Amino acid sequence: MSLTLAAGGRRRRNALPGFGLTLGITIFVLSVLIVIPLGGLVARAASLSPSQILSILSSPRVFSAFRLSFGLAFIAAVIDGFVGILVAWVLVRYHFPGKRILDSLVDLPFALPTAVAGITLTALYADDGWFGAPLAKLGLSVAFTPWGIFVALLFVGLPYAIRSCQPVLADLEREAEEAAVTLGAQPAQIFWRVILPQLFPALLTGIALAFARAAGEYGSVIFIAGNMPGISEIVPLLIVIRLEQFDYAGAALLATTMLVMSLVILLLLNLLSIWRSRQYV
Amino acid sequence: MSNHRRPGENRIVRFFLIAAAVVLLGAMLVAPLVLLLAEAFGKGVAAYFDSFSKPDTVSAIIQTLLIAAVVVPVNTVFGLAAAWCIAKFNFPGKTLLVSIIDLPISVSPVVAGLVFVLIFGSRGWLGPFFAAHGIKVIFAFPGMVIATLFVTIAFVARQLIPLMQQQGRDEEEAAMVLGAGGFRTFWYVTLPNIRWALVYGVLLCNARAMGEFGAVSVVSGHIRGQTMTMPLQVLALYQDYDSVGAFAVASLLAFLAVVTLVVRRVLEWRFRAELGYAGSL
Amino acid sequence: MGLLSFYFSTKGNTITISRILLVATALVAIAPAARADKALLNASYDATRELYADYNQVFAAQWLKQTGEKVTIAQSHAGSGDQARAVIDGLDGDVATLALSYDIDAIAEKAKLLPTDWQTRLPNNSAPYTSTIIFLVRKGNPKNVHDWNDLIRSDVKVITPNPKTSGAARWAYLAAWGQVLKSGGTPEQAKDYVAKLYHNVPVLDSGGRGATNTFVQRRQGDVLLSWENEALLAARQLGQDQFDVIVPSSSILAEPSVAVLDVNAAKHGTAKEAEAYLRFLYTPEGQDIAAKHFFRPRNAEVAARYAQNFADVKLFTIDDVFGGWKKANDAHFIDGAAFDQIYTPSK
Repeated sequence: MSLTLAAGGRRRRNALPGFGLTLGITIFVLSVLIVIPLGGLVARAASLSPSQILSILSSPRVFSAFRLSFGLAFIAAVIDGFVGILVAWVLVRYHFPGKRILDSLVDLPFALPTAVAGITLTALYADDGWFGAPLAKLGLSVAFTPWGIFVALLFVGLPYAIRSCQPVLADLEREAEEAAVTLGAQPAQIFWRVILPQLFPALLTGIALAFARAAGEYGSVIFIAGNMPGISEIVPLLIVIRLEQFDYAGAALLATTMLVMSLVILLLLNLLSIWRSRQYV
Repeated sequence: MSNHRRPGENRIVRFFLIAAAVVLLGAMLVAPLVLLLAEAFGKGVAAYFDSFSKPDTVSAIIQTLLIAAVVVPVNTVFGLAAAWCIAKFNFPGKTLLVSIIDLPISVSPVVAGLVFVLIFGSRGWLGPFFAAHGIKVIFAFPGMVIATLFVTIAFVARQLIPLMQQQGRDEEEAAMVLGAGGFRTFWYVTLPNIRWALVYGVLLCNARAMGEFGAVSVVSGHIRGQTMTMPLQVLALYQDYDSVGAFAVASLLAFLAVVTLVVRRVLEWRFRAELGYAGSL
Repeated sequence: MGLLSFYFSTKGNTITISRILLVATALVAIAPAARADKALLNASYDATRELYADYNQVFAAQWLKQTGEKVTIAQSHAGSGDQARAVIDGLDGDVATLALSYDIDAIAEKAKLLPTDWQTRLPNNSAPYTSTIIFLVRKGNPKNVHDWNDLIRSDVKVITPNPKTSGAARWAYLAAWGQVLKSGGTPEQAKDYVAKLYHNVPVLDSGGRGATNTFVQRRQGDVLLSWENEALLAARQLGQDQFDVIVPSSSILAEPSVAVLDVNAAKHGTAKEAEAYLRFLYTPEGQDIAAKHFFRPRNAEVAARYAQNFADVKLFTIDDVFGGWKKANDAHFIDGAAFDQIYTPSK
């Protein structure tokens, strides 16, 4: 397999120009901008002794921050996934007034600065806010609790989930559904058996992207979180706190740990898309 | 017979799905936007426009435009180069390269800022070298550009790679066989095929570059009237108890987001075939 | 620019694209001219935004009159620790005006931008104005908060920033600890008091200004435990009728420090201006501006003029209660020290 690929590549390289130049630019930019800086980060973290590393990572506060950041990001991403299917479905299949506007707004969290999102969401969900007041009457405080973090993560991850599902839903083959209809399948059956399986890989990609984005989120969360150690303190905040104490190695260690976890997510993501393209091409 | 339909065509189901989507998006996206505008215009239209005459705010807007003016072209060239070598050629390590391009999306903005402090800070690897030559990198324009480049590096490439992969290399090869040079082939064959995806990628990159908060905040130094960008200025004004000013600047960024998305809708609607799947994030 | 011009022209209002361009051109035109004159950068902390915005103009005018030289002062504000770190990493400030001497010590020690005995170079330990830690409560004091002991009642919620990241918060923490010792308590009782206090804190903002915003704009908590100047300013900015200032029986004398960053100033050729900039803070005029912004002036005459702003509090210093910043920091704020122990999950 790899042999034929390489041979194919060589033949093509003769046909199309610019391989060396473009690959050179790509590798240069990626090295200077991403690989070397991140390498420096890892090197700084590695300057700590194994026992120091162990004692930092095993502290209960660090542990609970990781659990909070990654746990909430995961739950928020999954919920974004479900909202994503619903919204994508409605935007693709139905026509109703205001649809275009709604569709345009989906990407808002993507382009809005995170600090602005944080300030706005905090104002909305504080106990005297538009949403916070009624929720507070029900006895649920959102802003300045882990719920607030959850709301912020839901917000930043949403466009990834919706936009991953939308094109796939739009391009679903009508024939399969119509065949199922003629065979007498119920709508619910068709949804579960015909549509969802085709949508599933895209949904997973969307969830993974939303998760990756949410896990590292800082700007919007610090405003709404309350930042209580062990309760609503996220990993990026711990990194900032270490920096303020001039503990660069400790900050680099936490950053590296986040990075490794992100890398694992990305790897899974790419495996997922490979798996998807093998199945559906 | 009433059951023999494609799923979601039942009138009641359809009504509830649309209602659910509208309510969800309304609460998650429209409400923050409305609150933002309500705050921005809270003291009247005159106060809103007055916010843009403050020198510090004007300088922040200019600074943001300048950063975008450097970042967007660099990332466009990089995106084209990366997409060309990745989509049109086969070589070992390609998957790794794609993963590295994706990496910044899942790196916490705080970490993105931190890595450049570690390198260009006074006590970093390259900091003393640049300082000795009188070049300010960090806490100055170059540092903010680099941090923004890092955060936005994937956007153009991500739009182009799937599309160019899908289009293959037959057309370019034909042009080469007919005697067109490499550059002519790119200019007259490849570029027209990808132009709308490229435009959209550039717009996304631009929106994100202007809206980046976390990473830029770490490397900016917050010098008023000099190294403040629009998102940083929003926070500064907010903390100066000038919420009209803060939300007015924020509304510009939100507006930019919406314009980006509207342009994308229009492009997608008119050039759907050309955009293909690439329209997704 | 295209998107912006679209925006402005469709709004068709006071601000047009041409006006923005005009300002832009003006700025570009001014920039080189300003660079030919002297430019100072003041790396300061959150609570001095309004003070230095005012002071810089007065000083520049005064300096122009006195020497004929034009000087422009740029400001950078963030949390005090954050600023110290930025300066150490290369933020090119000519002077540092930070919330606590410990942060300037860190600059002297780690980046060697000034000698370690910098505090002796200016009068009053290089702290031209002082402040203290007081309480801001909602109008009418609905929770009946009068002194430190009310803050640990179970029905009172206190807003104060995180001492790990905020200078104001460190002063507040030490004030809370110190007043127990000053009223005859043991260190154990102080520790117990502070733990109870922080269990009443529902939100730990990373900076002083963030905490003030949480209290006044987001209406969280019953008491804001913060700088006197910050509390008085917030009360003024956001309406006298919304807040009351409560002065505890005793509190800490907070001495925000100022220093010339010698190495940077020498590099920029601004050593003389930087020195004058800080010394002017000690003049009656400088003291007056500080007092106007609710910092306690050192100058007795000025202090007398603004006496109605500053309540009489028994003040203790960090040196006599904690033996200085270095000791206080090691005992309370480093990793695993007293502050962290409050949050070790034994509760």
